[in-house]
Amino acid sequence: MRNPLHGVAIVGAYNTRQARHVGVPETELLLDAMRGALRSAGLGFADIDGVHCTSSARSWRSRETAMWLGGRPVWTGSADVGIPALLEAALAIASGQATSVLIATAQAGEYARREETAPWTKPGHEFTECFGLFTAAEFALVARRHMHVYGTRREDLAEVAATIRSHGARNPEAVMFGHPVSRDDVLASRPIAEPFHLLDCALTNEGGAGLVLTSAERARDLPARPIWLLGAALDRCGMSYVTPPVWDRYGDVGARAGRLAFAQCGLSPAEVDVAELYDPFSFEVIRQLEAFGFCARGEGGAFVRDGRIAVGGALPVATNGGLLSFSHAGLAQLLQKPIAAVQQLRGELPRALTVPDARIAIATNGGAGALFCDALLLGTEPA
Amino acid sequence: MSARPLPRPTALSQPHWEGARAGVLRVQRCRDCGAHVFIPQPLCTACQSDALVWSDSRGHGSVYSFTIVHRAPHPSFVAPYAVAIVALDEGFEMLANLECEYAAISVGMRVRVAFRALSAEISLPYFVRE
Repeated sequence: MRNPLHGVAIVGAYNTRQARHVGVPETELLLDAMRGALRSAGLGFADIDGVHCTSSARSWRSRETAMWLGGRPVWTGSADVGIPALLEAALAIASGQATSVLIATAQAGEYARREETAPWTKPGHEFTECFGLFTAAEFALVARRHMHVYGTRREDLAEVAATIRSHGARNPEAVMFGHPVSRDDVLASRPIAEPFHLLDCALTNEGGAGLVLTSAERARDLPARPIWLLGAALDRCGMSYVTPPVWDRYGDVGARAGRLAFAQCGLSPAEVDVAELYDPFSFEVIRQLEAFGFCARGEGGAFVRDGRIAVGGALPVATNGGLLSFSHAGLAQLLQKPIAAVQQLRGELPRALTVPDARIAIATNGGAGALFCDALLLGTEPA
Repeated sequence: MSARPLPRPTALSQPHWEGARAGVLRVQRCRDCGAHVFIPQPLCTACQSDALVWSDSRGHGSVYSFTIVHRAPHPSFVAPYAVAIVALDEGFEMLANLECEYAAISVGMRVRVAFRALSAEISLPYFVRE
């Protein structure tokens, strides 16, 4: 049986302005994400028969935002923001429930209590919150174990952060545009949750993002360059931030999803030109390089040295600046990984960050500290 | 300064927190396969049996991983503080604070559980050097 994902393309991909404070209400930001994604696809609201548009602080849900289309019947999505939402929409299209689906999300104004860490970094739970755990500490517990078992060095973590932040420094749309960071800067920044220091950690900011998916048939009629779904899968090991992130049990999360995604299109990690890996913390990139088979287990620290993951290196990672430098707006960054992959494959990123002749990209969500990791393979040609 | 967030026990976890109040680290154990299950669950996560009973852990184990937190998520926590994954000798893992000289902490360090009453209902486990 033909993989139904192979009959679906992404035709629109758009990020709103990303900033510490964008200066507009969240609903306006969501509308910008929706309109921008449609514009990128060369489509209008009238062409859409499926929506999955949500927001964080105001809590817009997709059945509410579907009303903005005037009440005509449409498909609505309900999966988690990010790769799951994209897959849900793709399967709706592949099974004939919709032809063109608009996915968008935005967050502004959610982070008001600055004496605390951002709301999306500290989900409350009976067996974690009381010990002062939050996302940085959870991922730090994974990183520390990897350093203990494999001898991974803090300098390797800093290399990842400096490389990705150097991408963002060259991206005018990144929150940290114009702020290059060296490995020594990362090492010298203040500690947050050891081994992580400030510059090993994702930003906290506001922003929105949107995507449009459509059928292969419709994609061929549009002026926009379609980017094709080649394979995808989700690895979820239960709830995030509830049970301890034990390396021996969860260190490989994403490996199964990656194997399944590659098997769906007969590709291998060696054929990937760009890796938009989820980078909430520097170490997570090292872990994902291992989990997705770009290097052997325990060799991620050595892999990132010598500019290998920089634009211009063998496997450019987080080429738009990632969560570390481009944006981490709560949930929008989950969509921004596929968007970065689409923009690379379409040649839409700034020239200094463009990977020449990129044909195959991987985008990922999640990480071992959160006990989930999703993989999506995209290409310039259909599978 | 707002209060430190305290656990709100559920029907499932109540025996664990009652144990903590009595100074005992209480964990579920499967009568069928012998696995210790933590956090509390409605069935054995190793063999999916319903035959879970509460048992008392000796509370001894070793540091599996740790972090020193310098930026607390909430002002009620006073940084720096240490959080560890402790591998208990019975074969389960739990998160808790580690109270000892931070420079001395290493993976594999032997620790034992202690408890501190934070309210009439809640005593929190923490670990000290064995």
